[in-house]
Amino acid sequence: MSATQAETTMSSIIVTVENLSKAFGKLKAVDNISFEVKMGEIFGFVGPNGAGKTTTINMLTTLMKPSSGNAVVCGYDIFKDPNEVRRNVGVVPQEYTADEDMTGINNVLLCADLYGIPRSDSKPHAQELLKLVELQDAAKRKVSTYSGGMRRRLELACGLINYPKLLFLDEPTLGLDVQTRTVVWKYIKMLKDEYRMTLFLTTHYLEEADSLCDRIAIIDHGHIIRIGSPEELKESIGGDVIVVTLKETEPDISSDIANIKLVKNVQKNDNNYRIKVELGEEASPQITDLIRSKGLHVTKVSLTKPTLDEAYLEFTGRSLREEEADRMQMFRQRVTVRRARS
Amino acid sequence: MEKTKPITSKETAKEEQPKEVSAEKQRVVRAAPKLSRSPLHGLWALTNRDLRKWYTNPIQLLTSLIQPVVWLALFGKALNFGTFISGSGATLIQQNAILQGFFGTTSYFSFLACGMLAFVVLFTSAFSGMSVVFDRRFGFLNKALSTPVARGAIVMGKVLQSVGRSLIQSAIVLVIAIILGMETSHFTVVGIAGTFVIIFLMATGLSALFTMLALRSSDWQTQVALINLINLPLLFASNALFPVKIMPTWLQDIVKVNPVSYANDAVRQMLIGATGMSSLWLDFAVLIGFAFVLSAIGIVLSWRLLSK
Repeated sequence: MSATQAETTMSSIIVTVENLSKAFGKLKAVDNISFEVKMGEIFGFVGPNGAGKTTTINMLTTLMKPSSGNAVVCGYDIFKDPNEVRRNVGVVPQEYTADEDMTGINNVLLCADLYGIPRSDSKPHAQELLKLVELQDAAKRKVSTYSGGMRRRLELACGLINYPKLLFLDEPTLGLDVQTRTVVWKYIKMLKDEYRMTLFLTTHYLEEADSLCDRIAIIDHGHIIRIGSPEELKESIGGDVIVVTLKETEPDISSDIANIKLVKNVQKNDNNYRIKVELGEEASPQITDLIRSKGLHVTKVSLTKPTLDEAYLEFTGRSLREEEADRMQMFRQRVTVRRARS
Repeated sequence: MEKTKPITSKETAKEEQPKEVSAEKQRVVRAAPKLSRSPLHGLWALTNRDLRKWYTNPIQLLTSLIQPVVWLALFGKALNFGTFISGSGATLIQQNAILQGFFGTTSYFSFLACGMLAFVVLFTSAFSGMSVVFDRRFGFLNKALSTPVARGAIVMGKVLQSVGRSLIQSAIVLVIAIILGMETSHFTVVGIAGTFVIIFLMATGLSALFTMLALRSSDWQTQVALINLINLPLLFASNALFPVKIMPTWLQDIVKVNPVSYANDAVRQMLIGATGMSSLWLDFAVLIGFAFVLSAIGIVLSWRLLSK
């Protein structure tokens, strides 16, 4: 029915966002953003708290009305067909929204009821989903006894109950420890690889975006600053960085180093040379050879591959910082982090 | 669908030979079952979610009964108008005539017991708004809003759970009142059934009122303040504790526009055969209007206020 009809009309683009804006009073939380999400990819929204990530997700999942602009999600207009959008997407919110007084399975069934899924389907499906996220043994326990990782997995199961083609995950690993985080990453990759699902996630962990996402949009102060694959973003800030420390501070051989073919840029700082190069592995022996040929002594060499953090720093002019969010948002984040660690 | 994979993927190589997707796994991406499009779907699920918290937690049920029972047992028994009048030298006949004249019945305790039913409904309904605030604070409201469940069903779920609680709690309070000496000689099946219809209507109207006041709120302190701001005037400016006749005229005017008064009036006429403030039909008409109008406003507001 609606699913097949939507699939044929939207080809390989599952989300189209055009000039979307959301203002809260004077504050423009999201300012005229446009982008597309391709079917089957993991698309990441990366930015600090208060950058507009959650606001964007809230608009795309019809929880908030945009101030201007429009978006088409799964083939449906978010203004004209909000209920169709809701039927077709799954949402895993930032908070732990499961009812603590209910069992895991009852929480999933409650979600199914809210989608209007008949019990004849939701009962076996809820069991399958709990098995998928490895909660089948805890299914009949109250959620208040769950650990942070279990709660996150339960949210995932709830988000999948309506057979979504597109799953929104808002900060899926907020407050989780490193081990649990990798478990959540495993599920996200599995949904993409094995279930051919499209995933739209937000995060303020750059390493998470780097290891999970096919494409990333860096968002700050409500603007999209760059969109691309993690590799593209890293490459676009220009190659590797070699830092060479010499025994001697004099003479200055910057210009000699700059003459090496692979070297793009040299900065001298006391006895340190910070050298931007194209192929770090090949350039570094050439540089050390040159230094030795001048009769100088190398005491230390380091080679740094560009990280997404550096790309982020380059694009936004600062590192990913915690920025003050509004009171409600902070409260929710604290609750999430507290429960994640319980 | 397999052909629409992105090209930028790091795992392109892996995806070129798509894995065998088992039948069980395919279920997740398979076309979803036919979803219910009835505007009522999810209503019972939401109602039951809240009711379950209450019926699986007997302590909550017991604590919610303490207040009305204390009022009945201490206030109701202490304020013995009979002794008050006979103590001033009146005969029993005179005493009953005076009580009948003021309260419409010769037993103040029975008069108050009926008022206590309204009290239970008022305070139970008041907390329906609180539950909206907590759902918003802990994100459940957002989760519900991200599903296609009707916005009005979210509001009506809150209203219905509070109506359910009101009905059961007032039934318990009624039984306790009978044990404590409420007059039962006028009880009829129709009267008792009618009483619960009245309680249903009053609880619907009041819960809709408190739920709609909480639709935008994420602050429970404001809710507590609102509850006191609304509930105490509604209680004291009604005939729940004292008959309207003994009040100053300005207060009588307020009492007569207060729907709680009509509920008390109807319950007293049906349960203890008291002479009423207005006709039973008018009582019912006022409460049906009250419940209907406030529910309608609640549903309309839910369309506007639940999404930001």
